[in-house]
Amino acid sequence: MMHHELTAPACAATSPQDTGEGAAAMQRHRNGKRRALMAGCAILVAGLAGCVNIAAPDKPIVIELNINIRQEVIYRLAADAANTVEENADIF
Amino acid sequence: MRKSIGSALAALAVIGAGAVPALAQQRDPAYAAARASGKVGEQSDGYLGIVGNADPSTQRLVDDINIKRRAVYADKAQKNNATLEAYALSAGCTAALRTVAGEKYRAPDGTWQTRTNAAPVRDSRCPSAAAAGNDTGD
Repeated sequence: MMHHELTAPACAATSPQDTGEGAAAMQRHRNGKRRALMAGCAILVAGLAGCVNIAAPDKPIVIELNINIRQEVIYRLAADAANTVEENADIF
Repeated sequence: MRKSIGSALAALAVIGAGAVPALAQQRDPAYAAARASGKVGEQSDGYLGIVGNADPSTQRLVDDINIKRRAVYADKAQKNNATLEAYALSAGCTAALRTVAGEKYRAPDGTWQTRTNAAPVRDSRCPSAAAAGNDTGD
């Protein structure tokens, strides 16, 4: 008899085809808690048709806040900024 | 009598107004030295940066100036209905133009450049020197 064991409600490293078949078989042969667990896994795996990748992407996510500043804003502030720099010349 | 005193005072005020800002706005000598030797440079985000490895005194100097700059940006940005970052960037555009040959500044790609007599490489959002009314040229 096929003996598939899904020990936790997460993605198992088995093909969905196998697991679905095995889980269905197990539903008939196990009772109570097991049945509920297997049913849940079967639904989950069948719905996903594969593994959910929870690994982090290898490239760090770089968020450039500066790109949100539009050129028109810079132009608008240019005159005032120039005055500010002149007024505070000791720190510029 | 009153007229001549008044006009004399007015003339004095004009001279005073011209002289005082120049005297009051000298850079701190340590800052001026660090700038001249290329240890610190202007960044495109409107703040000072340290070129290469930071030693504690230079770090303190740069932090102090950047804190003061940030305070100014916060105040002015609020008055102009802009974000602090936008104002800082705009000031950075101006500050980059004020570098003299031999000083360091940071190009938009992050690398440190040495200023020559040519225009500095600035963020693409900076207004052109002509548009900004840059009249420090010949």
